[in-house]
This record gives sequence, C-alpha cells and structure tokens, in this order.
Amino acid sequence: MRRWLAVALVLALSASAQEVLKVGVVVSATGPAASLGIPERNTFLMLQEMLDRTGGVAGRKVQFVILDDASDTTQAVRNTRRLVEEGVVAIVGTTTTPASLGMIPVVAEAKVPMISLAASKDIIHPVDAQRFWVFKTPQTEELMARAIVADMVARGVKTVGYIGFNDAYGEGWARFFEAEARAKGIQVVVSERYARTDTSVTGQVLRIIARRPEAVLIGASGTPAVLPQRTLKERGYTGLIYQTHGVANPDFLRVGGQDVEGTLLPAGPILVAEQLPTGYPTKRVALDYIQRYEAKYGIGSYSTFGAHAWDAWLILRPALERALRRADPKDLAAFRAVLRDEIEATRNLAATHGIFTFSKEDHLGLRFEDTAVMVRVEGGRWKLERTFR
Amino acid sequence: MDATILGFLLLDGLQNGVVYGLLALSLVLVFAVTRVILVPIGELLMFAPLSLVWLLEGKLPGTLWLALALGLAWALLSRGRGALLPLLGTAGLGLLFLLARGVPPLAYPAVVLLVVYLGVATYRVFFQPMREATVLAFLIMAVGLHVAYMGLGLVFFGPEQFRPEPLLRGEVVVGLSWQGVLVLLFALLAVLGLYLFFRLSLFGKALLAAAENRLGARLSGIPPEEAGMVAFGIASLLAGLSGLLLAPLINAAYFMGFMLGLKGFVAAILGGLSSYPMALLGALLVGFFESFTSFYASAYKEALVFLLLVPALFYQSLRARAVEE
Repeated sequence: MRRWLAVALVLALSASAQEVLKVGVVVSATGPAASLGIPERNTFLMLQEMLDRTGGVAGRKVQFVILDDASDTTQAVRNTRRLVEEGVVAIVGTTTTPASLGMIPVVAEAKVPMISLAASKDIIHPVDAQRFWVFKTPQTEELMARAIVADMVARGVKTVGYIGFNDAYGEGWARFFEAEARAKGIQVVVSERYARTDTSVTGQVLRIIARRPEAVLIGASGTPAVLPQRTLKERGYTGLIYQTHGVANPDFLRVGGQDVEGTLLPAGPILVAEQLPTGYPTKRVALDYIQRYEAKYGIGSYSTFGAHAWDAWLILRPALERALRRADPKDLAAFRAVLRDEIEATRNLAATHGIFTFSKEDHLGLRFEDTAVMVRVEGGRWKLERTFR
Repeated sequence: MDATILGFLLLDGLQNGVVYGLLALSLVLVFAVTRVILVPIGELLMFAPLSLVWLLEGKLPGTLWLALALGLAWALLSRGRGALLPLLGTAGLGLLFLLARGVPPLAYPAVVLLVVYLGVATYRVFFQPMREATVLAFLIMAVGLHVAYMGLGLVFFGPEQFRPEPLLRGEVVVGLSWQGVLVLLFALLAVLGLYLFFRLSLFGKALLAAAENRLGARLSGIPPEEAGMVAFGIASLLAGLSGLLLAPLINAAYFMGFMLGLKGFVAAILGGLSSYPMALLGALLVGFFESFTSFYASAYKEALVFLLLVPALFYQSLRARAVEE
C-alpha cells in the first residue's frame, strides 16, 4: 500500500512538473516607466493567483515568470534571453517602445511569440520576417492622434500648437499628430519640445501663446505632462488643451488639480468603462477587469496600462487552449510555432481596450471605432466626451 | 519678441538661475573643503519636499529609515564616546518624525533636519573613511551614491511627481508668483548668510582655511573631518530648503533632482569650481541662457546649455597651472 502511494506521488510530481506552462513576462516595474509597468506587473500577479485557484489552462498549470527591465533596453534584452532559455512558450512585454524594439530580434531568432505592451506602431509594422513573431495590445499613437484630430475637426479648430517630450514619445506623437492634422486641414502653427525633468517651460509656452493657436496638444506622459498645462494657464492661455492617453492615470489628476480641469484626451474605453453606453462591445470585459483589480489592490487603483497586460492574457489564453489541442508543449519549438499561428488566428476577441482581430498583415488588430474614446477632465474625474462608434 | 515676452523670460531665467546658484555655491563649498563633487545633491534636494508630502499625509517617509541606517553606520564607525552624537541624533530624528506626522509646523523643520542629517551622515559614512583618496575616487563614490539615492527615491516615493501646497498663494505681478518671490528672497538671504558666516564667525574662517590649505589648517588645530561634516551640512541645508521652496513651482519627483544638480554643476564649473561669486554669476547665466534657448530652440535646449561647458573648460584649461596629483 505504502509503496503504491509512493509511486503515485512520484507520478503525480513528475506529471505536474512537465505540465507546467511557463509564460515569460517582462515589464518596467522600476525606472522612468514604472508608473506603467507596476500595474502591468500587478495584473500578472493577480492572474497568477486566479490561475492557481482555478487550475490553469486546459488542466495544465501556468506559471508567469515575471522579470523587471528597469525601463532599460539592455536589461529587457537580457531578460528575454533568459526567458527563452527557461523554456517559456510565449513572452509578454515589455512596457516601453525602445525596449520592445530591442526584444524583437531575440524572440524572432528563438522563434518565440511575443505580445508587446508598448505603444509604437513600429513594433508590429510592417509584419516582416522578424515581426512575424510579434503582436501588441496597446493603441498606437496613430490611432489616438486620429481620435484627437477627429475631435478638433468636430469643434471647428483650425490652428493648433504642439509641445511634447524631447524623446521617442514626444517625437512619435509630433510625427503622427502633425501628419494627421495636415491631412484634415488643421494647421500646426508651432511645435515645441521639453524634457521630462524640466522645471520650467515658460520659454516654450510664451512662444506658443505668441502664435495664438486655437488648441494646444501636449505630447507627454504621466505627471510631467502637468507642467506645460499649468504654465499655459498661468500665462493666460484660454484655448482648448489636449493631452495624450499617456496621462490617463490618477496621479495626473492628483498633481494637476485645478490646472487640468477641462483637459481633453483620447483614451482606451476602459478609462471610462462605467460611463460607456450599454452595448459598447468592451464594456462588460472592462468592468470585470476593474472589479477584480480593485478587489485586490484597492478602490480606484486600476489604470488603463494594467488593462493592456490583461488584454494580452485574454488573447494568449484561448490561443494556448487551441494550441494545446494541436501540439504537445514537450516539443517546445513546434509548440511555440503553433501558438504563434493561434495568436494570429484570434478573431473578434472582446478585450478591455477594444476588439482584437489579427491577420497576416495586422498584428495590432484594433479597429479605431471601438478602441478610442475622447475624455474630458471634469471635477477631478474622467468624463466620457464622445465615442467614435 | 516684445517687451512682455522679454520680461517673462528674464524673470523665468532669474528664478531658475538662483536655484542653480544655491546648488553651485554648495558644490563649490563642498569641493573646496573636501575635494568631493557632491553629485547626489539633487537627490538631497528632492528628498526634502517628497518627505514633507509623506509626513503631511501622516506617513513616515522611507528617507527616515535611510537616515536611521546611516546613523547606525556612523555610530559603528566612531565607536566609543563619538558614537553618542549619531545615536542621539538618530533617536531625536525618529522621535521628531513620529510627532510631526500631519503637523505642518513640525513637519517643515523635521524634513530640513532630516536632509541635513542625511548629508552629514553621508560624508561621515562614505567619504571620511576614504579621505586620503584621489578626486577621481571621490567622484566615483559620489556618482555611485547618486545612483543609489535616486533608486531609493523611487522605492520610497514611487515614480510620479508630487506637488506640496505652496507656502504663499497668488501672484505678485503676472509671471511672478509669491512663492517665486520667496525663492528669490531665500537665495538672497542664503548668499548673505554664507558671506557673513565666512567673514565673521570663527568656524567659517576655519572652514575657509581648511579649504585653502588642509595641511596648514590641520597644523593650526582645525580638524578636517569636522570641516567636511560642516561643509556637507551647509550644502544639504541649502539643498533641502531650496527643495522645499521650489517644489510647489516645479513638482517634485525622485528623478527631478539630478538635472538641477547637473546645471548647478555647470554653473560651478563656469566659476572654475573655486570662486563663489563666479559660480553665482555662472548660475544666473545658465538660468537666462536656458530660458532663452527654450524660447528659440526648445528641442536643443539641453544640448545648448551643456555646450556652455566647452568654452568654460577651454578657458579653464588655458589658464590652469599644474596642480597636485
């Protein structure tokens, strides 16, 4: 009897050991992008708990191997190599665009599917031999710039000024926004830059005001986006002020206070999930995520950035289930290839930020109509201004 | 460009310039007395307002634990009777913080004391044991401390900015807030105070002597360790107070200090890292230059400001004599 028990135990142990599916996660939990990376990491910690409770995917345990890249490209690449060697079936991450771009050659060489959580279109476009392996969940600047310009057109804005970070974020926004604005007949009369660490933007703001644009777009993310807006107000600017979706976190409202009242910004629909009209395709999924996240981390703690991580898992989970029916994870190389095909086969998947339909040419898979809404800051809260459906 | 814009830019430049000036003065003072380039001064500056925000919310900031840890290390290093001072200081600081939670009149002095204590303990724990080392070794240590303190800042205060309430609200004239006036007044007072301290007090004179010639100072009975601690104390006092006054205008965050310190350093270099009035002038020059470049060519502002170093270093190297090492 005792011998049988021992054999059963050994069998059980070895069975569970080989059936654990490892999923690699790289996020920027420290460094400049930490305010984005922390909710992403928290989302995966929460998912790990949920999966441990419910027994994983298709009867197999799932383990997230979460590594921090400190918002640093070199570290992200090192982490990716490590994850590949650990035998993960897929990699989610990372938070920032430069680091995600750095990871692409590594996953392409190792033939591991990757779902990035960073914004830039360059990560998935064009789908060439390397990007064959790469998908992503967040909206591109291009999509969000389209939302801003559509809103400006609707308000009859003819001239606009731009001030943004002097880094990849601000330059990317300048490029896409200025192109989209020109295409819609809006004139960009002034384009200024400032640094995240700047303590004064008086010079830039004076230059903008001197050109008298009807609206100003601030291409910055997080709390450093407050400074230009406050300076604009202090210098008596009364036109419309637009921000990007990079400010869609509670800290922006906390630091901005009165100075950011009336700000217009594009955002993923989850930011105002409760205010979405009934029947909005992402509403139910978004509310579900918010409820779970707040139950674990506290009321008001959720952010749109963590939801990108959640979306990545919403895509990955059914793809894993389908892949498990077609291939055995013991043959890692074959399984990774099948999993990639199954991710690309995702159709009409309702997630928190939109509906994902991937194809051979499109590894973003979001449609403008249901992935962007315009939001206004009112009374220190986000208020849904318009949807584009 | 019309007169209004010119006026705004000048005011903006002045306000930035005086803060760089205070940092430049601190850097020159510390360098003169100890040969340390105090890279982490920006972090010390940011620790003050961030700790204040934490205290006013009724929480104990992580910087307190850092101070306690450094205090213990200090006590271990001194042993015997000398250990009494850091232990008492540590205990007093902890007690003050417990009392100051949510009490503004106590919280302001508490965070200033904390930053001064951090500054002095940093010297005692990290720099004094290696006091015979070269300037390069000091610099490596200082850069290491800057990275460490910045990382700790992220752990203690999170990645986002914070904005403490200004002490004075409203604007004097358009373009100059009362808080800005406070910063200018403080800078003026600080410069005056330093001048009087070095001219009139025995301790100030001793400090100058130690800066001028350390061996000579030692022979006349001025302990260089003490001089170093006082220099670090004054530097962190200036940094802490500037941080508190400045934070409502610029929003404080763990990553904001380095750039301020670096521009103070540029100003100090313009003064050859030795002359106080030249460092002040250099700081105002950096402030004005920054303000005008941000108006004319904002994308290249940072590059242009740091380009100021090139002619300054060129001039310095032309007139430099062969020095020790």
